[in-house]
Amino acid sequence: MTEFITQYPLVTALLALVSLGAVFGAILGFASERFRTEGNPIVEQINEILPQTQCGQCGHPGCRPYAEAIANGEAINKCPPGGEAGIQALADLLDLEVIPLDEEHGEQSVKKVAFIREAECIGCTKCLQACPVDAILGAAKQKHTVIDSECTGCDLCEEPCPVDCIDMIPAEQEGLQTWHWQLPNPVSLEVDIIATDAPREEAA
Amino acid sequence: MALMRITSPHAHGPMSTSKVMLNVLLATIPGIVVLTHFFGFGTIVNILWGSVVALACEALALKLRRRPLGFYLKDYSALVTATLLCVALPPYSPWWLIAVGIASAILLAKHLYGGLGYNPFNPAMVGYVVLLISFPIQMTAWAPPRGVGELPGLMQALQACFTPAAFDGATMATPLDLLKQNNSLLVKDLWRQSPQFGRWAGIGWEWANLAFLAGGAWLLYRRIFTWHAPLAMLAGLALMAALFNDGGSSASGGSPLFHLLSGATMFGAFFIVTDPVTSAVSVRGRLIYGAMIGILVYIIRVRGNYPDAVAFAVLIMNFAAPFIDYYTQPRTYGHQRGEGEK
Amino acid sequence: MRKVFDFHGGIHPPENKYQSVRTPIADAGIPPQLIIPLSQHIGAPAVPVVAAGDTVLKGQLIAEPKGFVSVPLHAPTSGTIVAIEERQIAHPSGYQAPCIVIASDFNDEWIPHSGTRDYRNLDKAQLIERIRAAGIAGMGGAGFPTAAKLSVREGVKIDTLVINGTECEPYITADDILMRERATQIVAGTLILQQLIEPSATLIGVEDNKPEGLAALRSAAEGTAVEIVEFPTKYPSGGEKQLIEILTGKQVPSGGLPADVGVICQNVATAVAVYDAVVLGRPLISRITTVTGEAVAQPQNFEVLLGTPMSYLLALAGYQPQKNRRLIMGGPMMGFTLPSPDVPIVKTTNCLLAPTEIELPTPTPAQACIRCGMCAQACPASLLPQQMFWFAQGKEFEKLENHNLFDCIECGACSWVCPSNIPLVQYYRASKAEILQLRRDNEKSEQARIRFEARQERLAAADAEKEAKRAARKKAAEERALQAAADGGEEDPIQAAIERAKAKKAAQVAGAADENELEKLEKAVVTTRKRLETASGKLEQAKTEGSDLVAALQTGVDKTRAKLNAAENALHDYQLANSDAPMENAAPTDAAQAAIERAMAARSAEAALSPSEKARAQLEKLQVRLEKSRAKLAESRDSGAEEKIIEALESTVERLSEKIAAAEQELQATEGA
Repeated sequence: MTEFITQYPLVTALLALVSLGAVFGAILGFASERFRTEGNPIVEQINEILPQTQCGQCGHPGCRPYAEAIANGEAINKCPPGGEAGIQALADLLDLEVIPLDEEHGEQSVKKVAFIREAECIGCTKCLQACPVDAILGAAKQKHTVIDSECTGCDLCEEPCPVDCIDMIPAEQEGLQTWHWQLPNPVSLEVDIIATDAPREEAA
Repeated sequence: MALMRITSPHAHGPMSTSKVMLNVLLATIPGIVVLTHFFGFGTIVNILWGSVVALACEALALKLRRRPLGFYLKDYSALVTATLLCVALPPYSPWWLIAVGIASAILLAKHLYGGLGYNPFNPAMVGYVVLLISFPIQMTAWAPPRGVGELPGLMQALQACFTPAAFDGATMATPLDLLKQNNSLLVKDLWRQSPQFGRWAGIGWEWANLAFLAGGAWLLYRRIFTWHAPLAMLAGLALMAALFNDGGSSASGGSPLFHLLSGATMFGAFFIVTDPVTSAVSVRGRLIYGAMIGILVYIIRVRGNYPDAVAFAVLIMNFAAPFIDYYTQPRTYGHQRGEGEK
Repeated sequence: MRKVFDFHGGIHPPENKYQSVRTPIADAGIPPQLIIPLSQHIGAPAVPVVAAGDTVLKGQLIAEPKGFVSVPLHAPTSGTIVAIEERQIAHPSGYQAPCIVIASDFNDEWIPHSGTRDYRNLDKAQLIERIRAAGIAGMGGAGFPTAAKLSVREGVKIDTLVINGTECEPYITADDILMRERATQIVAGTLILQQLIEPSATLIGVEDNKPEGLAALRSAAEGTAVEIVEFPTKYPSGGEKQLIEILTGKQVPSGGLPADVGVICQNVATAVAVYDAVVLGRPLISRITTVTGEAVAQPQNFEVLLGTPMSYLLALAGYQPQKNRRLIMGGPMMGFTLPSPDVPIVKTTNCLLAPTEIELPTPTPAQACIRCGMCAQACPASLLPQQMFWFAQGKEFEKLENHNLFDCIECGACSWVCPSNIPLVQYYRASKAEILQLRRDNEKSEQARIRFEARQERLAAADAEKEAKRAARKKAAEERALQAAADGGEEDPIQAAIERAKAKKAAQVAGAADENELEKLEKAVVTTRKRLETASGKLEQAKTEGSDLVAALQTGVDKTRAKLNAAENALHDYQLANSDAPMENAAPTDAAQAAIERAMAARSAEAALSPSEKARAQLEKLQVRLEKSRAKLAESRDSGAEEKIIEALESTVERLSEKIAAAEQELQATEGA
């Protein structure tokens, strides 16, 4: 044995390495089976981050399909309603680089809800069919109305309306109940103590 | 004029960062006076030159980072860093040594990490360690104390700093050096043989340590910092020295009193360990942080390669500070112990 | 002597209380106009029961509570309701809120009211009802409806009633002077609360910086079961949670209520209000307010009617607006800045602080956090403010919650001690609000997701059902065809014709979903028209022949004509509804997909364009739409469509014209730029 080792050091080294590899591989394999975590599938986790407006601005028919697409490697910056915060959360989850919002898919804007001017509605039900979350109430030849607590502001109903009676209005203006102090300016720009040297953009 | 609309509280306490820094500067005065008395004007020249370099470096860094100069220079943190580093340097250090040390402290240890408050390591100690590793000869050349050697005058001190080649000052091993290099004599004999030793520790060293202790006590009284970290460090060091004190054999590490009054012990305990930016924050955390530094100081002094160890011990524990903080979160009002430590 | 406990942290800011206790409580009198906000408490705003023009008497109910956590409002003096409208109120936002505005008649005429001296005969429900009807909300500053706070859940045993006379905030002396001058009422009110709650101990907690108040309370409480507890002055010992810890040594669990540790806490001023309500029968219409600060000439305490404009009260104290840049309601630690001196006094206004710039200087810019840990030492909730500041800057909300951000009571001790002058409390307030907003958003998006998925399922189920029916019919038809083939040979021409018609019909029905709706409608029109023609021909014939079938045929023709009309209308409606999207052949399921695709195409086209090109494209699009609408309108007019539809189309045309005008302007603007 010792003789063999001294005579064929190269072969011995190779053998040792291979057997070490085999042993550790077996241990790792066993551990990954034994201690497998039954976590939320990644698609579910992504879907939880997406804002569920179902607006289709990403080019997918709803948030879940986009979540599946992200899981399959699609860019994470196609969701304007989720905005920068959404991209940040996705990047954290998937351990990706934060990239700016892809403007091609629309710009991040204030939250809106659809509003039907009922005097002009002809009751065609087109918008009902377009609404991804059934937030419009109505029937043929009856005035339609938006249940604004359910509306996600996706604006998919605006376009099909033949008489152009749907407006997107800013959702719940800030009132006494929702008013709050803003974060202080990051120790203001002229006396900035932030480690990064570029003035930080306030994510509004 | 429209009424101002800002968030509460509207009143503010009397303390400010600039005042904290000024207090620290004032508290170093007794120690500097004693050092000057025993070792001559070297330390004062160090500090003056160091302060000039520090302000220049700070201004340069602020300029490069496009920050308002006046606002940041007013916090005196650069002066504190310079003073602390220069006190730790041997007296009669050449100007370039000081400049390199200060530049490392201000530019490398502080501004590269984002300026005051963002540096994970104590800038003065980073500067000190950079010098100690790069220029070990200059860094271990301590002047002999008053009564042992000839003290240079002020002019000579300036000469030593700015035209080092022309300066010919005597240097001598420090008591910590002597003890470390000793491997044949009993401590008692070593003590008798070497003129550097004084009543409890080294001549000059013992009084300098007591002076820094006084300065620290004043800062404690002013509530600039809490007692936890410095006392824990002294306790840790004394405990280690007591545990391993064999009564004075040739392999002895030195008595607790010797360690408490030697080298940079008191200076470190009250001026370096208390640096809030780089230490642990919670009360329990500061106790652990201080005690660990004390223990490390003893280990490195006795077993390590360098005669003094405050700088290394502090930097090592700087690494550990966030970790200590993580595990010593205080129990929040209305919570059970443990549930906050997620 | 009861053992008192200490709480973690706390600070000792300069008290500045002596200025406003040099004179006794002054009566602020009746201002010409009172503004009473409908929401002066935590909970749902009250609902007005009076209208503009009504005259009211002092103490008359003017607004009812809405729900359990709400309180009624009463007229503070007699007069006329001028308006119920939005007015600026005492809130840091400077927003307006609905208020009842009363013009005083200066008679100060009370509505008949009566209380009862022997409240001991009232049962708990009656007592609570009286407190509720008097409109009492916590007067220490939070304004939680007192009746709601006193309604202890079944099975919860309250063993300590704590009356808070701490008043730890600097400057404020409203409770101090109340204890000095009205100690008997405080104790009487406390005894009423005691009867209501039946605790084993009743404590009035007072800081040791109010010796006069303590002495007055002690003599008033002589011989009662009320214990006066003195403890060292330290801010914020008056915080409910801190006071409970001082007096009982227990901590209120995070997110819980004092009742969870068997304690109920009320303010001394609330105790007086309870006394007034039960014994005197007077609702809460006035309160004691401290007016202080160096910008007023005579700092003092006033008994002031709720709804009094602050400017009126400030004038009484000799307010010098030119010296004052910041007007604070409450104290310097937790008070908030007022948008204007004209907002009204409400139930929670314990202090108006008008400091000069020297007294409370404008905060200097924040310096870097040096992690000195003074904030952590000062924090009464044992939080780590410096860590939370770090996370708040980086918007790391999860870590903030792990560091128990929501246990922060916003007392301001951390900001007060911070040597770098960092507005820590503002960071925590903003972060709390953002976290709450995020939670609401998450709830909403979860809801949307559920609805979306439910819709998808429903549509899929409907499709599946249709598909199944179609398959069944097809199978049936095939079977029949096979049968016919098997029968073979002799063909009964009639049977065959029937078969053909049936098959045709089956095919028609089966294909209905796929078949163009338009074609179907058109076919219906054509066939009906044909039938009408034949029927008319027959009728003509019968007429010439003089047949007696004329009458029957006539009704047949009429009916067919009506059918034709209906069919034509249906066709027209359909065309109208579809004309905007004439290519709409797809089944409704795909409407959303189609819309998405169109919107996508439009967006990607838009993205490539410059602003002026965009504007031009927009204009062209609008013009096309206008033309289409015009054509539609003309068509509808010619065909004599319903009035309603014509109107709708007319207004569409009008709106589009307006939009075009706007788009043209924009185009000019972008081209000009």
